[in-house]
Amino acid sequence: MERTGHKTTRRQLLSAIGMLGGTAALYNMMTTLGHAAETQFTGPPNLSGARPGASVIVLGAGLAGMVAAYELTKAGYKVRVLEYQPRAGGRNWSLHGGDTYTELGGATQKVGFANGNYLNPGPWRIPHHHRTLLHYCKSFGVALEPFIQFNHNAYVHNTDAFGGKPQRFKALAADFEGNVAELLGKAIDLKGLDAEVTAEDRDRLKEALRNWGMLDHDMRYTKGLKSASHRGYDRPPGGGVNGAPTPSDLLPFDEVLKTGIWNNMAFFMNHEFQTTMFQPVGGMDQIGKAFAKQVQALITHNAKVTKISQDKKGVTVSYSDTGSGQISEAKADYCVCTIPLTVLSQLDNGLSPKMQAAVAAVPYSNSVKVGLEMKRRFWEEDASIYGGHSFTNQGISLISYPNNNFFKDGPAVLLGAFASGMGGYQLAGMTPEQRIEAVLEQGSVFHPESYRKEFMNGASVAWSRVPWALGCCARWTEETRKEHYQTLVSMDDRIVLAGEHASYVGCWMEGALLSSLDAISRLHKRALEA
Amino acid sequence: MRPMSQVAGLIAAALCLVAVPALADEPGPGGSKPPVPVSGEQVYTMVCQSCHMADGKGGVGAGSIPSLANNPKLKIAAYPISMVVNGRGAMPWFSDTLSAKQTAEVLTYVRTHFGNGYIKPVTEADVALIPATPRTASH
Ligand SMILES: Cc1cc2nc3c(=O)[nH]c(=O)nc-3n(C[C@H](O)[C@H](O)[C@H](O)COP(=O)(O)OP(=O)(O)OC[C@H]3O[C@@H](n4cnc5c(N)ncnc54)[C@H](O)[C@@H]3O)c2cc1C
Repeated sequence: MERTGHKTTRRQLLSAIGMLGGTAALYNMMTTLGHAAETQFTGPPNLSGARPGASVIVLGAGLAGMVAAYELTKAGYKVRVLEYQPRAGGRNWSLHGGDTYTELGGATQKVGFANGNYLNPGPWRIPHHHRTLLHYCKSFGVALEPFIQFNHNAYVHNTDAFGGKPQRFKALAADFEGNVAELLGKAIDLKGLDAEVTAEDRDRLKEALRNWGMLDHDMRYTKGLKSASHRGYDRPPGGGVNGAPTPSDLLPFDEVLKTGIWNNMAFFMNHEFQTTMFQPVGGMDQIGKAFAKQVQALITHNAKVTKISQDKKGVTVSYSDTGSGQISEAKADYCVCTIPLTVLSQLDNGLSPKMQAAVAAVPYSNSVKVGLEMKRRFWEEDASIYGGHSFTNQGISLISYPNNNFFKDGPAVLLGAFASGMGGYQLAGMTPEQRIEAVLEQGSVFHPESYRKEFMNGASVAWSRVPWALGCCARWTEETRKEHYQTLVSMDDRIVLAGEHASYVGCWMEGALLSSLDAISRLHKRALEA
Repeated sequence: MRPMSQVAGLIAAALCLVAVPALADEPGPGGSKPPVPVSGEQVYTMVCQSCHMADGKGGVGAGSIPSLANNPKLKIAAYPISMVVNGRGAMPWFSDTLSAKQTAEVLTYVRTHFGNGYIKPVTEADVALIPATPRTASH
């Protein structure tokens, strides 16, 4: 941390705070620095004592809508949920073999995966600190298994480095760290850091560089058993006569730098992407299904909300049946609206002008996922990759290996693309068949001998063409947060919005749940005060 | 004892360190480097078509994607320019991903295809007249 030109150590900082605010402040600061709070979740809201006959209409049966319905029913409200799709869960969704999906524009895909295989087109991983989601998974009996987020043995590919040949993460990361350690060591020896750190700390730093950076006794990063212990061996340790390992060659540092490997290393350090991560056994949709089991009786499916209005007496929602086109009305005292802003901004929605401005100010990101079913697990059998991601700077961004059924024979589905930004738009604009061809072409760089040979069939979801979402997730900026966020989450008379868009945990299921619990707690308070 | 202002500065610095943005679930590192579209038709195919469809007709689901075909709203170029640069509702902004040249090219293309007959080309100068709303990445 920088302050008027010179560095401050953590110790200095803590003692400064100690002097300022006494031990309590010091303690608070230490908990912040040392043991960051994991979540804002303090347990289910335990609402109770709704006024007799009080009613709430919930729009949308995604996780935000269903948790609202579940908790409000427990509190004593009469709840009804209107959902556009024949399925509950919203973006919490999996495509299984036999499913049919029609995107906007009319392209229809029949998913050809084998029994038990699936693609999670939306959410696919759960951080260990998303306690709200984990709480409901446990309460509703959703079995979770590890999601292999970080795999040292997967590949990193960059069209501008190593002539476009992918390298193993572990080798790139080791060579990056080793070279950086060596350079830092030189800077210390050249007295480049004398003004920054004490002699004592310089010694400790050198010790750290030697260990962390795999340096030899001369403080050099060289080919040897030390560097091999991170980056892998030429001949790995074995038994008997040829048991002794031999080290591997280092990669040229300039090429290592061209891969931008530090981006990959830093990615895994992000709080949201740190291990342990989880996935539901059998597909992400198991969570939506478990919620739906609790509230199914309250949901009206195939109900396309077309108009919301409110007055002193209550809220009126018009909806059309997507099959018959028949228009109906539903009334309630209050409304929890979880319809994505992309859609809500187009409805005659009965919201105040300020709220409408907020709703229209937050466009959504885009993304495309493609599942590829392969005849066999060649990534496991031929490349020793068990789960995790291989990254590329091509449009597909990555391919990701299945986290379940390791070592099994028979077909398995890998994720052939998780494209966003420009790469996502390009894939989204294609027909489903063209998408498969494009991702096979790009993904082949990782497994050239097998990728096309073992391919059986695929399925893709372009979020910008998902009929009920029209995008991936809300894209807030500092500016829109400042101008519109508090409005967006406020109660607009009898209507309150909820969903991932109404949170600071955007594009996570946790955000949808936390937003909804906060919204219904305020709704309940308001209803009791009325 | 340090002067109070210095201490307050230290705490502010510490808080900055702690306030690590929560990242949306995203593909991850490196970003992707897909081919860069140049002509109006290329920009349309590689970007706009993802929502507005190959025939420009958009689509209707729970909400709708507006049709660009035979669309009188394209007549005054400033309107579609502002939509592409700054977005609105479900329409994302492209101020940080499409250059003024790409924006001009694609709007010229759209205004002269899909049954639209607004033959006056949109220029980079026209695009430059519409200021881009500042966008700082947030949580
Ligand atoms: C590509 C992708 C990857 C993601 N990855 C992750 C991840 O790894 N982990 C994670 O935790 N989260 C992830 N997320 C985010 C997560 O999916 C969302 O945050 C969460 O599911 C949103 O829930 P929600 O209830 O707010 O909205 P939704 O689930 O979208 O629910 C809204 C509901 O409203 C319905 N609806 C829309 N319009 C109407 C209408 N007019 N009338 C009636 N009903 C309507 C919809 O059909 C839908 O069911 C990802 C999302 C995407 C798209």
